[in-house]
Amino acid sequence: MDTLVAKAGGWLALTLLALVMAALAVDAPFAVHMLIVALASFMALWATLMRADYQRIARGLLRMPGNEGVYDDDPIRWGVLATLFWGVAGMAAGLYIALQLAFPALNLGFEYTTFGRLRPLHTSAVIFAFGGNALIATSFYVVQRTCRARLAFPTLARFVFWGYQLFIVLAATGYLMGVTEAKEYAEPEWYVDLWLTIVWVAYLVVFAGTIVKRREPHIYVANWFYLSFILTIAMLHLVNNLSMPASLFGSKSYAAFAGVQDALTQWWYGHNAVGFFLTAGFLAMMYYFVPKQAERPVYSYRLSIIHFWSLIFLYIWAGPHHLHYTALPDWAQTLGMVFSVMLWMPSWGGMINGLMTLNGAWDKIRTDPIIRMMVMALAFYGMSTFEGPMMSIKWVNSMSHYTDWTIGHVHSGALGWNGMITFACVYYLVPRLWGRERLYSLRMVNWHFWLATVGIVFYAASMWVAGIMQGLMWREYGADGYLVYSFAESVAAMHPMYLIRAAGGAMYLAGFLIMIVNVWATLGAKVRAEKPMTETPYNAAADRPLAPVPAE
Amino acid sequence: MADHKRIDEATGTSTVGHEWDGIEELNTPLPRWWLWTFYATIVWAAVYVVLFPAWPMIDGATEGLLGWSSRGQLERELAVDAKRRAPIVQAIGAAELADLPARPELMQAAVQGGGAAFRVHCVQCHGAGGAGVKKLYPSLTDDDWLWGGDLPTIQDTITHGIRNPDHKQTRMSQMPAFGRDGILEPAQIADAVSYVRTISRQEKPGASSARGAAIFETNCAVCHGASGEGGRQVGAPKLTDAIWLYGGDRASLTATITQPRNGVMPRWGERLDPVTIKMLAAYVYSLGGGEKLAPPAGGTAAPDGRQADGKP
Repeated sequence: MDTLVAKAGGWLALTLLALVMAALAVDAPFAVHMLIVALASFMALWATLMRADYQRIARGLLRMPGNEGVYDDDPIRWGVLATLFWGVAGMAAGLYIALQLAFPALNLGFEYTTFGRLRPLHTSAVIFAFGGNALIATSFYVVQRTCRARLAFPTLARFVFWGYQLFIVLAATGYLMGVTEAKEYAEPEWYVDLWLTIVWVAYLVVFAGTIVKRREPHIYVANWFYLSFILTIAMLHLVNNLSMPASLFGSKSYAAFAGVQDALTQWWYGHNAVGFFLTAGFLAMMYYFVPKQAERPVYSYRLSIIHFWSLIFLYIWAGPHHLHYTALPDWAQTLGMVFSVMLWMPSWGGMINGLMTLNGAWDKIRTDPIIRMMVMALAFYGMSTFEGPMMSIKWVNSMSHYTDWTIGHVHSGALGWNGMITFACVYYLVPRLWGRERLYSLRMVNWHFWLATVGIVFYAASMWVAGIMQGLMWREYGADGYLVYSFAESVAAMHPMYLIRAAGGAMYLAGFLIMIVNVWATLGAKVRAEKPMTETPYNAAADRPLAPVPAE
Repeated sequence: MADHKRIDEATGTSTVGHEWDGIEELNTPLPRWWLWTFYATIVWAAVYVVLFPAWPMIDGATEGLLGWSSRGQLERELAVDAKRRAPIVQAIGAAELADLPARPELMQAAVQGGGAAFRVHCVQCHGAGGAGVKKLYPSLTDDDWLWGGDLPTIQDTITHGIRNPDHKQTRMSQMPAFGRDGILEPAQIADAVSYVRTISRQEKPGASSARGAAIFETNCAVCHGASGEGGRQVGAPKLTDAIWLYGGDRASLTATITQPRNGVMPRWGERLDPVTIKMLAAYVYSLGGGEKLAPPAGGTAAPDGRQADGKP
C-alpha cells in the first residue's frame, strides 16, 4: 500500500508540475507539450490506482503476469501494435511529402502542413516510432527467449513502452508546431530529449537486467547487437543534444556547439543513428528471426564475432563523410572516407551470415514468403552497405552530395532492409504472441512482399536517375566556361522522377496496408481458406523460461 | 545450454556447441574472399592516409605526401579555367561597354557569361528567363525600363543597386505614401486612380478622372511626367502603357498610391567583379528590350554624370 501511495503520489506530482509548467510557459508549443505531459501522467496515475482496485484488469495494463513460468509478453504485443500504427502514420506522411515535391500546392499554404514541418515528422515517425517500437518489442522478445528468462523489472519495461510513446507524441506534435533543434534526426527540443534520456536508461536497465538473470551460459549474438545499439544510442543522444534552454518554461534551446563543430557532432550522431539504430539493432533482429524462421543454424559463429567488433569499431568514425567538401578540415574528411570504405566488409558480414544461414533450406525462398522477405531485406542491406562506402569516396561524393541519390540510398536501406526485416519479424511474432495457429493469410504476405519489392525498385531507380541528373546538371559547364543550368531548371527536370518515386512509395504503403488487414484478421482469430504455403512449426512447450524459480 | 558440438547434416560443418531457444551456430571459417577484401580495404586506407591529409597533430594535420588539399584543388581548377578564359575576359574588360554590340564575338561571349552569372545571382527575383515575378519584381524582357535600358545604364543599376540606404551612388527615389501619411484623402486617391486608368486607356474619362487630373498634376507629374510618360532619373514608371509592376487594376493602384513598395535591389559592385557586371549588363540588354545609347548631346545629364535615356 505504501508503494502504491508513493507511486500514485509521484504521478500526481508530475501531473501538477506539468500543469504549472504549462501555465508558466513562454511559448504556445511548450504549453501544449506540458498539457500532453500532464495528460499522460494523469493517465499513468489513473492506471496506478486502477491496478490497486482491479487486479485482474490491471494485470494486462501495468503489471507482470503472476507466473514466472511464462515469458512476459504484454509490452511486446503492445510494441507490435505500436509498430504497425506508427508505420502507417510515418509512411503516409512520407507519401504525402513525396507528392508535395511533385505538386507544391499540396503544402496547402498552411504552416502546419508545409514540407519543412512534415518531413521531420516522416523521418522520425518511420525511424524512431516504427523502427524504434519494432526494436524495443523484438529486443524484449529475443532477450527473454535467448536468455530463457523472464524480463527483469516488468514495471520498468511497461514504463519504457509508454514513456517511449509519449516521446513520440511530443516529438511529432512539436514538429507540426515548429518546435525543432534543427538537427537532422535529433529535432526534438531539450525537455523531450531529457524525457527520452530517462526512458532510454530504463530501457538499458530492463535489457541488461534480463541478460544478467539469464539461464544460458553464453550471451547470444543478437543480444550483443541489441546492447551495442542501446548503449551507443544513449551516448550519441546525450552528446548531440547538449544544449542550453533559453527559458526553463520555453521550448527553445541553443546547442552547445557552433559552426563546423556543431556540424561534425550532428553527423557523428546522424551517421551512427544509421549505424547503431538502423544497422546494429536490425541486425540483432535478423540474428534471431532468420535462423528461427529458416530452422537452420547461424552460418558462422566466427564471422559473427569478427563482423560485430569490426562493425562497431569502424562505424563510429565514418560520420565526417556527410561533410565532404565543406568547412570541415581535410584530415577529418579523410577519416570519414577511409573508415567508410573499411566498413564495407564488416557490414557485409551480417548479410553473409544471414543469407548463408539458409544453407540447407534454400527451397524455403520458393515456398515461404516470410523467408523471402528476410532474403530481400538482406539483399537490400547488402546493396545499400555497398552503395554507402562508394558514395563516401570523395570523387563520387562530389557528384552525389546534396542530390536525391542520397535520398534513394537512404530509402533502399530503410524500405528494403529495415522495413522488410521488420515486416518479416512482425509476421513471425503475431501468431506466436496472440496464440494463433497461423497468420490469417500467407498469400497476403506474398502480395505484401511483391508490392513492397516493386515499390522499392521504383523508388530507388527513380532517385538514382534523379540524383545523377541533378549532380550532372549542377556541374555542367558550357564550352565558354560558364554554368549551363540554373538551380530551378534542375528542379523542373526532376518532376517525372518525383512522380515515379511517389508511385513507388504508394505501392510500398499499399503492401503495408495489406499487412495491417492480415494482422488484424489474425488477431481476430480468423484463418483464410487458401492453398497452403510453408508454415514454420511452433513448439509451445519449448517457448518458456528455463527452470522456473520463485521470484528472488 | 550444454555444450553439444555436432556435425550439421546439410552443410557437413561442425556446430560451436551452444544453443539458444533452438538456434545453433556453425563453426564455419571466415569466407576467404570476405577476409581478403577486408584486408585490401585496410591496406588501401593505410596507403591513403599517408598520401592525403589525415593525422591531426597539435596545430594542423599531416599534409600527406601528395600535398593535396580540397582548397588547393579548387584553386588549381579555378586557375586553369581562368587561364583558359583569360583572352576573352580581358578583351571584354578592355572593350568599351557601349561598343560591345558592334563586336559580335565579344558580345556573344559576354551574353553567355552574363547568363551564367544571372542564373546564379539574379534568377531568385527576376526569374529563370528574366521575366520577373508579377507584383514583385520587374520583367527584364520588355522595353519598359524603370531606370533606363541602354548598356551603361543597366551596368550602373547593377553596380550600385536600387534604394540601398547605405550607399551614396545607389539609384534613389521615394514615392510618398499618399494614403498612409494622409497627403491625400481616400476620395482623392480614388480620383487619381481613375485618372491613371484613363490615361492607360483602361477606363473612359469621367467626372472622377477629371478631378483626378488636377490631383495628378499637383502630386504625381513631377516624377511620372505631365502626361504620365514616366521619369527614368527617379525610376518612375510609365503609366500610359499596359505594363504594371504592381498591378493596374483599381485595387492594386489604390494600394500602391496608399503605400508604395519602393522596391529594392542589392548593389552587386561589391560582390561581383567589373567584367562579370559588364557581362550581366550585356545579358540583360540582350533579353529583348535593350536600348541604343542616345547620342551624348541629345540626352540630359543625370546628376552623377551618366547618360539618361532619350524620352519620347
